[in-house]
Amino acid sequence: MDFLVPLFVVVPLGGAFLIAIIGNLARGFGRYFTSIVFAFLTGLCIYFMLHLEGPVVFKVGGWELFESIPIAIYMVIDGLSIYLLLIINLIGFLSAFYSISYMKRYTAESHYYTLFCLMTAGMNGVVMSGDLFNIYVFLEIAAIASYALVAFEIEKEQLEASFKYQVLGGVSSLFILLSIGFLYWYTSTLNIADVSRMIVAGGKREVVIFTQVILLSGFGLKAAMIPFHAWLPDAHSSAPSPISSMLSGVLIKAIGAYVILRLFFNMFAITYNIGMVITVIGTLSMVIGVLLAIGQWDIKRLLAYHSISQMGYVILGVGIGMLVLANNGDRAVATLSIAGGLFHLFNHAVFKGLLFLNAGAVEYETGIRDMKKLGGLSAKMPVTTSTSLSASMSISGIPPFNGFFSKLIIIIAAIQAGYYVLSILAVFVSIITLASFLKVQRYTFFNRSGEEWEKRGKQVREVPFSMCFSMIVLAILCFVLSTLIVPSVRDVILTPAVDVLVKAGEYTTAVLGY
Amino acid sequence: MILFILAVFLFLIGVYGVVAKRNLIKIVIGIALMEYSVNLFLILVGYVKGGTAPILTEGMTKDLFVDPLPQAMVLTAIVIGLATTALLLAIAIRIYKKYGTFDIREIKNLKG
Repeated sequence: MDFLVPLFVVVPLGGAFLIAIIGNLARGFGRYFTSIVFAFLTGLCIYFMLHLEGPVVFKVGGWELFESIPIAIYMVIDGLSIYLLLIINLIGFLSAFYSISYMKRYTAESHYYTLFCLMTAGMNGVVMSGDLFNIYVFLEIAAIASYALVAFEIEKEQLEASFKYQVLGGVSSLFILLSIGFLYWYTSTLNIADVSRMIVAGGKREVVIFTQVILLSGFGLKAAMIPFHAWLPDAHSSAPSPISSMLSGVLIKAIGAYVILRLFFNMFAITYNIGMVITVIGTLSMVIGVLLAIGQWDIKRLLAYHSISQMGYVILGVGIGMLVLANNGDRAVATLSIAGGLFHLFNHAVFKGLLFLNAGAVEYETGIRDMKKLGGLSAKMPVTTSTSLSASMSISGIPPFNGFFSKLIIIIAAIQAGYYVLSILAVFVSIITLASFLKVQRYTFFNRSGEEWEKRGKQVREVPFSMCFSMIVLAILCFVLSTLIVPSVRDVILTPAVDVLVKAGEYTTAVLGY
Repeated sequence: MILFILAVFLFLIGVYGVVAKRNLIKIVIGIALMEYSVNLFLILVGYVKGGTAPILTEGMTKDLFVDPLPQAMVLTAIVIGLATTALLLAIAIRIYKKYGTFDIREIKNLKG
């Protein structure tokens, strides 16, 4: 099965080159080819998920261990990687399918699809990589493609947002490279499993702590955690809507949160201090993100601020798990907490992706993003309204939607671990989120006061088939993902991912094989 | 040791450029300086005192080599840095065409 591993990078990368070459000759090529690529990759993810027993390791170049030193670049697919790969390629497929209609009014369509494939190839690479420098290279592929996609409409706002994003993204990449340099200096290896072994064996704690701080600020910037969040609302609201849904739904998780989890659980030994830092950052993001969101009137900016807040939930859940593990507390509580965090990660990808697609549909028909000028769309756009309603209920945690269950699990875990203040904050943030999305629903779809689009004489009707299809599939997923709390479903999808983090020490042995 | 301190100095100059300067091009230069300092640091990590280039040739007498892996990393990092700098400058030129200025105080459409 290991020969299938490189396909996750090779197929989108090859797709990007093909679209760049053929797309200029045949205009519609990229439009359909991208969807086919991602449908194939999603199928491959499901195949891996059903057949995965222990990590699948692919050694690039076929170099075997030399005197028990790993020489080859390792590509590892374990429970956590395949979980992230499924999210990336599923949301990627739906966004690409949505783009078929949405991007028709843009020129340079084939460039868009080229960059789209490149960005996803980078994210897939980051998630599978078992090598520190390889993570950096793939991360830069994903990041550079996303800089260009943010500036895709090349108007004033987009250019400004892209420049801001690039400066902060460039600085964060340099922090990451610097910390990789430090780790190489300290351990003389780049393989994550090998580095982990060296750190456990080695002495000087100061070097490790210093590296951890630089790494956390670098990936915190990529994940837009609260002290580092300034670029996110601009960048995510300026991109074309399918890209916003990729950036908010997937990119900040794959190249930000995922790498934090992987490195701090599987590479460094879990310590109480780092667990505390991660929990505090998560809590701050959760609370401040939602407070910043509530005053927004631009629909996409509001959604972007909510991304910060919802990622706070993910980091909070995982951070509590880390604290419990570091204290040698009850492993069941740690498992529950980490499961809640990872479950919320998938849920956030689905409902935030859907909300951005809804915002794109509204913008596609009316050309307006200011909620004060919208209203009365519920009669004209029934599909958009109903899918948006289900996503809004999901994000604000109303049963039986998926967001309710993941938030509930995180809150129960926080109470069981004894962090009562955090659980109260989580409930409080959820209530403000509900208020904020009631505002979105009322002003965009139901209220009849604004209706600027009617004065402009726009003929508003339901969006074309491909956009409707993606939105309906995501809305159904908002329901279906609730079944992840059923044990038989959970054991296939969620439990392997949680096990990788809870049994953090086993990663090294499983990957190196000795 | 002195070289490490110089690399840190170069990094701090780059940070100063990004944080304090108001001209888009100077911000780009700041980022480029930071990148050079990180590359310099990586090269220094791999340096072995008295080492030669790690190429096996005939009649080799010395067996002390510098570490080639950081050099390979730096080559990759330089190529990536080229891509980011080129994209940053392209965006900066586009901004100049739209706004007619490089001053970030006058380029403030996004806020809140």
